[in-house]
Amino acid sequence: MQILTLATIAAYLLSTAGYLAFLFLQRRALRQAALALLGLGFVAHTVLLAAGVIESGHLPVHNLHGTLLVAGWAVTGVFLIIYGRYRLQVLGVYAASLVLALLIAASLCPGAPAADKTIFNSFWLISHIVAVFLGDAALALACGIGILYLLQENTIKTKHHGFFFRRLPSLDRLDAAGYACIATGFALLTIGLVTGFVYARAVWGRFWSADPKEIWSVITWLIYAALLHQRLTVGWRGRRSAVMAIVGFAMVLFTFFGVNFMLKGHHGVFTGQ
Amino acid sequence: MGSLPDSDQTAALDRGPGKPRILLLGLNHQTAPVALRECLAFSPEETEAALDALSHRPCVREALLLSTCNRVEVLVTCDDPARTIAELESFISEFKHLPIEDFRSALYRHVDNDAVRHLFRVASSLDSMVVGEPQILGQIKAAYGAATHLRTSGVILNRLLHRTFFVAKRIRTETGIGDHAVSISYAAIELARKIFGSLEGRRVLLIGAGEMAELAVEHLIRHRAGEILVANRTFAHGVALAQRFGGQAIRFEEIDQHLTKVDIIISSTGASGFVVVPAQVSAVLRHRRNRPLFFIDIAVPRDIDPRINRLPNVYVYDIDDLKGVVEENIQDRQQEALKAERIIDEAVLRFSRWRQSLEVVPTIVALHRKLELIAEAEIRKTLQGGEEALDEAALQRMASAMINKFLHDPTRFLKSDGYHGNRQELLDLIRRLFDLDAR
Repeated sequence: MQILTLATIAAYLLSTAGYLAFLFLQRRALRQAALALLGLGFVAHTVLLAAGVIESGHLPVHNLHGTLLVAGWAVTGVFLIIYGRYRLQVLGVYAASLVLALLIAASLCPGAPAADKTIFNSFWLISHIVAVFLGDAALALACGIGILYLLQENTIKTKHHGFFFRRLPSLDRLDAAGYACIATGFALLTIGLVTGFVYARAVWGRFWSADPKEIWSVITWLIYAALLHQRLTVGWRGRRSAVMAIVGFAMVLFTFFGVNFMLKGHHGVFTGQ
Repeated sequence: MGSLPDSDQTAALDRGPGKPRILLLGLNHQTAPVALRECLAFSPEETEAALDALSHRPCVREALLLSTCNRVEVLVTCDDPARTIAELESFISEFKHLPIEDFRSALYRHVDNDAVRHLFRVASSLDSMVVGEPQILGQIKAAYGAATHLRTSGVILNRLLHRTFFVAKRIRTETGIGDHAVSISYAAIELARKIFGSLEGRRVLLIGAGEMAELAVEHLIRHRAGEILVANRTFAHGVALAQRFGGQAIRFEEIDQHLTKVDIIISSTGASGFVVVPAQVSAVLRHRRNRPLFFIDIAVPRDIDPRINRLPNVYVYDIDDLKGVVEENIQDRQQEALKAERIIDEAVLRFSRWRQSLEVVPTIVALHRKLELIAEAEIRKTLQGGEEALDEAALQRMASAMINKFLHDPTRFLKSDGYHGNRQELLDLIRRLFDLDAR
């Protein structure tokens, strides 16, 4: 288990280094190696999580350690899918370093076993967790793409074609990929919210209990809903869309971590608080 | 050549045909911003008027005027470069109604070999914004065409320009300077690809016409752009251009309503003011659902108000901006440019030799030398036969051989068609030269 964790982190570390080197040197071999290492890390990561699930009998999201581990896995998985579709090489720099950061943070958090809580085993809860984590990962990548978009747009607008112009893909591709991430993330977030409400009804007897996490999740959901609505109706795109993707993800981060640390609520169960 | 001091003797000899100096005065994209260049640019009609006026100035002998979007250069031959520089500056100032102080600091002034070198470099595209771009040679040819048409070019400029074309051609074939030909138009396409990704199906609007703009449209077609619209002040021109691109001509007044549909706008008109202003564009953004809009402004003076660039999802690049895009490629061509510079060094030297040969004293010296060599060779040949064979007949033979050799080249020249100009004039000149009609 320990070895597998180290192997995963090592693969992600090398992948991050490879992507950074690729960013500066623009060698094809570097980015291929970085992608291969990321894939390798993902396999090790998957085995690690699977072993954890088999051992404990439920998804390991009962503490911060497990949460970060699953979040990292979701980001890698979604990145690999997005990469297959849009070939955004430079996004690898963002994704690999994000995953690496998540895993290092996870390994620094104590992995205290949760008291046996049967509430973790429910179809609704598993759906809720999977949808939320994958959705948040897609939104994390949308944020990264938004940052890349702003960088590239800035070079084109200000006409200072420096470091990024050649290295970043076209605005159109970034915008399309960002949109795809947001749409996917939003759909998953919606599923996550609905299954969460259903599960809450089953466990606590009510859909809505004004829990801080619930409130902030709904606010986040509304932000993305507004963004998508504007895009579909008046064609919000480009810069505005990219800024919104970044703002939205800041809300996701707050909902994910901030609420846990600053506000109390029934989600504390899931982070060991 | 320019370093030789005028001695009193040569100055006296120079009365009449004189000793012409070559002077080039101008500014380019490196010395002057687009705002200044657009003030000083000469349209084809203005070029003709300016050439005509210049040729009537007492200190100017021959003149040529080159005006492109990136440079304005006046090339003249004269007797006194210092005086002529002042005169040309005041001429430009008067012609363009611009105080001399506004542009003097942007001017470069090259005399004799430096002027020749500069012209060679410009024609070979070593001085261009995009090193190696091929358009400048055509522009110089056009400028020379105007000068010959108005007869403002003479012996020196004719020879100089022909050498220039030769050098430029040689550099193009012998160095890789034109490889991966990038030009302003190509740079614009590269940018469009960074905005739109694929250019497939993107609609293009061409406003005005012009070599660079049309080239850009051709690049776009090669990238499988969609519909091509052409707007021209003269509708018939627009129709002809549109036919060439398989597109559709629209009227100038219709530009506004088509802004909602097109993606790339290439503008290259001769208009003195802006053709598209921010209000026109911001009005259509919503209709366009914020799809990106890319303006490529190749015109000098500019057609597209630069403030349009501040609108969301709208990008405006003028000719100076495009310079930034292509600067990176210049480095790749430095190595090839070095080779080109060597060819130019050689050509400058040869031209300088030719110019020296035009002067009276060296011509007399060369003439003497040629006759002496012929005489020497014939005397040696006659003496080879031994002293006993040195009779009158032998001397006769020697004299007629010398005469034949002296006259061989002039005779051949007279019989050939290889010289330009009037045969009668030439014959008259030769009869006077040898004083054939004295008695």
